[in-house]
Amino acid sequence: MKLLELLGYFNYWVFAIILTVGLYAVISKTNLIKKLIGLSIFQSAVFLMYITMDKVEGGTAPVIQEGVKDQIFSNPLPQVLILTAIVVGVSTLALGLAIVVRINECYGTIEEDEILDAD
Amino acid sequence: MDLLAHLPALQVVVPLLAAPLIVMLQPRGLAWAGATAVALMSFAIAVTLALAVLNGHTSEYAMGGWPAPFGITLAVDALSALMLLVVTGAGAAALLAGKPSIDQQIEPSRQPLFYSAWLLAMSGLVGIVVAADAFNIFVFMEISSLASYILIAGGPDRRALPAVFKYLIMGTIGATFYLIGVGLIYMMTGTLNLADMEARIGDVSDINPILVAAGFITIGLALKAAVFPLHVWVPNAYTQAPHMVTAFLAACATKVALYVLIRFDYMVLQAELVDHVIQFALFAMPLAILGILVASAVAMFEGHLKRLLASSSIAQIGYILLGASFVSVAGLSASAAHLFNHALAKGGLFLAVACLAYQYRDLRLSQLGGASTRMPWTCGAFVVCGLSLIGVPGTAGFISKWLLINAALQSGPWGWALVGIILLSSLMAVVYIWRIVEALYFQAPIAEHAEAPLTEAPLQLLLVTAAIAILNIYFGLFPQVPLELANSAASVLLEGRL
Repeated sequence: MKLLELLGYFNYWVFAIILTVGLYAVISKTNLIKKLIGLSIFQSAVFLMYITMDKVEGGTAPVIQEGVKDQIFSNPLPQVLILTAIVVGVSTLALGLAIVVRINECYGTIEEDEILDAD
Repeated sequence: MDLLAHLPALQVVVPLLAAPLIVMLQPRGLAWAGATAVALMSFAIAVTLALAVLNGHTSEYAMGGWPAPFGITLAVDALSALMLLVVTGAGAAALLAGKPSIDQQIEPSRQPLFYSAWLLAMSGLVGIVVAADAFNIFVFMEISSLASYILIAGGPDRRALPAVFKYLIMGTIGATFYLIGVGLIYMMTGTLNLADMEARIGDVSDINPILVAAGFITIGLALKAAVFPLHVWVPNAYTQAPHMVTAFLAACATKVALYVLIRFDYMVLQAELVDHVIQFALFAMPLAILGILVASAVAMFEGHLKRLLASSSIAQIGYILLGASFVSVAGLSASAAHLFNHALAKGGLFLAVACLAYQYRDLRLSQLGGASTRMPWTCGAFVVCGLSLIGVPGTAGFISKWLLINAALQSGPWGWALVGIILLSSLMAVVYIWRIVEALYFQAPIAEHAEAPLTEAPLQLLLVTAAIAILNIYFGLFPQVPLELANSAASVLLEGRL
């Protein structure tokens, strides 16, 4: 029973692991691109959390159909929210990459420690 | 429906819609004029809303006519009215003053984009303040953050780029933490509307996810608000940003995150979570005290003018958080008043820095010798705002420090120790402001500037700086308006809870 309960939270375990992996990459890597990759992984974990929480077992898309009664719907709201959050994540990533390009133009490197040494 | 009813929406929509249009105004004077007009219009809207709140009329606006909790609501109460004044006021004043400084620092071809990013940052910040919906706050937070990354990266020095990268990483982590927290609360309550959330948290059977959410939200917003020790992005970002951007963001950006933090912890979480008040106080108070002391100490030994003022900003965030951590009406109104007064003082200081920077490229204190004979008006305005930052009687800063000390005395047996800390840090502020005054007034000019004639900053820049300095004195002598807003904000936050 205990094990099943743990497995029932499988998605949330994966969420926690991905979240930590991403955060670790952001903190430990000195390469700016790798930092941004870490940031993206970190954000994807949150997408997984939102998608998981809206899933209702046996639920379908929330479309009212004629003649079908007692239809179970998955909650569409978190999906809408996370769609917005994905857009936000993509724009952050794009801006981050643009800044890395500029850093590379100005410093000739994208290693954090070399940038610190250069100034 | 009269126009007044639509103001909360217009407050966000006007700068948001104007931003893409500004890009098309290619002659750069026109872009500036357009952006300034829009910012002034936003300020006028904020003033109208604040007057309405002072007359006891809080506005709620249902987007698209969908009633809460199904639709998205915007709400303006006393605290948000005060924040709106700060955000739009800082944005408008910096734009109004900033043309000479921005012309100096931003290439003409990029200026329309720069002004557009400015308006986006402003509409994001006001959006955070008016939104009464947890997810909308996240979206507006990201709008304002992305725009402010662009603004800061516009700095002339290449060091702006690593600074903004660090800010981007930390800001995104903060916002994502907030998003996780909101997700967890939504999971348990099924609502995103702040008021509805508060009502439903009481019915949640398993409180653990809510506690985790409270942690994520508090840490995430503390990162955005530069609460010590999560402040490391501030000094570089403020130092390397274009001077006008520093004046704008230092006056309001971190405070808006702090506003959301206070709103979440007081309005949503406080009432229903057992001992949340104590947990919040125990979390916030040590960080606030450490922030005040450490950041003031760092400022005392800092050699670069902008970095020094940035460190002092971290200490001031500490004061605001300290007031909030008392969990009393007195403490919260001191916090809210300090939000307003510090914005005035620091905004004025950074505007004066922009004036100085017009003549002095290198803003290290050792290079600024003799500035007072070259730019007497600028230095005068700087000193007035500096006195307000210290909290000398007769300036705005005094009012909020006085309130903070009163609140500390009421807060319990350890109140005296807190008063001691506030006084100590004020003395430290005297030291670091004095170091600047010494450089400006008494230090011999370096060889390069020795023969320089009297060359004040451009009139436009100087007039606005002087106006802000005068406001610092005005609100020190007649503090009724911000105090009334701060008091009613505090009682709204604690309504029926203590």
